[in-house]
Amino acid sequence: MKPAKLPNLYLIVVFIILYAPIFYLIFYSFNSGGAMRNFEGFTWEWYEEVFADTRLLIIVLNTFVIALLSSAISVIFGIAGALAIHYVRRRQPKNALLSLNNVLIVSPDVIIGASFLILFTIIGIKLGFVSVLLSHIAFSVPIVVIMVLPKLQEMSPTLIDAARDLGASSWHVLTRVIIPFIKPGIFAGFFMALTYSLDDFAVTFFVTGNGFSTLSVEIYSRARQGIALSINALSTLIFLFTILLVIGYYFINQRNNRTSARARAEGRR
Amino acid sequence: MRTNTRNFYLIPYLLWIALFVITPIVLVVYYSFFDVEGNVTLSNYEKFFTPVYLRMTLSSFWYAFLITAFSLLVAYPAAYLLTRTKHKQLWLLLIILPSWINLLLKAYAFLGLFGTYGLVNGVLKFVGIGTQQILFTDFSFIFVSVYIFIPFMILPIFNSLEEMNPSLVFAARDLGASPWTAFRRVIFPLTLNGVKSGCQAVFIPALSLFMITRLIAGNRVITLGTAIEQHFLVTQDWGMGATIAVFLIIAMVVIMLLTGSRKRGLQNNETRKIA
Repeated sequence: MKPAKLPNLYLIVVFIILYAPIFYLIFYSFNSGGAMRNFEGFTWEWYEEVFADTRLLIIVLNTFVIALLSSAISVIFGIAGALAIHYVRRRQPKNALLSLNNVLIVSPDVIIGASFLILFTIIGIKLGFVSVLLSHIAFSVPIVVIMVLPKLQEMSPTLIDAARDLGASSWHVLTRVIIPFIKPGIFAGFFMALTYSLDDFAVTFFVTGNGFSTLSVEIYSRARQGIALSINALSTLIFLFTILLVIGYYFINQRNNRTSARARAEGRR
Repeated sequence: MRTNTRNFYLIPYLLWIALFVITPIVLVVYYSFFDVEGNVTLSNYEKFFTPVYLRMTLSSFWYAFLITAFSLLVAYPAAYLLTRTKHKQLWLLLIILPSWINLLLKAYAFLGLFGTYGLVNGVLKFVGIGTQQILFTDFSFIFVSVYIFIPFMILPIFNSLEEMNPSLVFAARDLGASPWTAFRRVIFPLTLNGVKSGCQAVFIPALSLFMITRLIAGNRVITLGTAIEQHFLVTQDWGMGATIAVFLIIAMVVIMLLTGSRKRGLQNNETRKIA
């Protein structure tokens, strides 16, 4: 089949539509006109405004602290979860655990947010930093489990047996054998959790109290008041950061695939 | 020895499941039996079956259906053409990339694009149609939603197209099938699983959208998600909000059963959360 012109045109149109809004935002972040129309002249004014806005910078800091802390903690729980599921031998309880694990991945954010709001109110946790952190940990754990589990299944059980025969304790088996082997999965899970946390709006919107805010929630409340080009400037910065994250994730994935391919090749030998 | 280690790992994980998976669902169901004053009652369920709420539920399903249908219409050809390109992994990454960008920012961009003096109206004026009210209409709501969901539809379809054995299509063509027949009888049935998981990944979040309804549709469209948010955060009627949430959970389970997700795992993981 010869590559026709029309199909390519279709793909190009899809790409243009997918990227147009993003570049539209970035383009107008340099507009001195003060609105997302009539490009008047080039200016850095909106970027200066972003960097002069202390409140906004604190919110950015909050967002990153929440993202890093929640991913780090959820990685620990996620590894434990993956090991727990891995060690359950019988089929039925294993499938039950896997289904329970996936509940938070498939349920809509509104449900997660609303139910966590009830939960925190009943337990008596004040809405704010702690409640946001806890909910981000909660919805990141299953993601880490899903990323780590295939790595565990790849691992040959003889490795553990060998370590035990050579006299390793349970702790040594975990830290010297299992963790190094599943490290790519752990990194991928950490990255995924990080992006989920940075991206999350709906869950945070429900469980954040008055004094605390993350970037998504802040952008929402500003966007509801209308257009301000400082949001555009902020978007451009976030866009650049997202691309960096994606590139990082891409390389981790590549390495991941390479090591698993190598493991498979070695297994065959 | 192994039994001990196993139990040890299960403790934190089961704690997480109990606290953040089971308890929240139980609490939502529990709260749905309380009215605003805190009396135990079934009135929330009675209220849900009044025309106001039923109409809202119906329209929410209708919008979700439209969004899913349009996404499928755009995404299937795009996924198919993607499998034919030279550097398909790179192209795929480029398609997925916008879905990594914060949802809020994309919605915000459309505020500018669709605004009275935005780019789209500029083009319309230029071709002589004149300025139109685009923002705060059903059209803009569906367009922006489809825009946001397209990558999640393309990905599973692309994967199932990649898994398909191309010699089957050649065989069909050799046996005299027209391109359309080959598509209808061979390609589409073989990629049905991808279509199903794509629909699942779009339909459930589309039911529960609430941020886009506020920003883009200007409260004209009320989805189940918007109603839940409204009841929990604005009117503080948690009982009614929980009742709607119960029905949303039921709808979700039914859809999952209908679209049957036998294939689980990493593919599902790409279905990033949106609402």
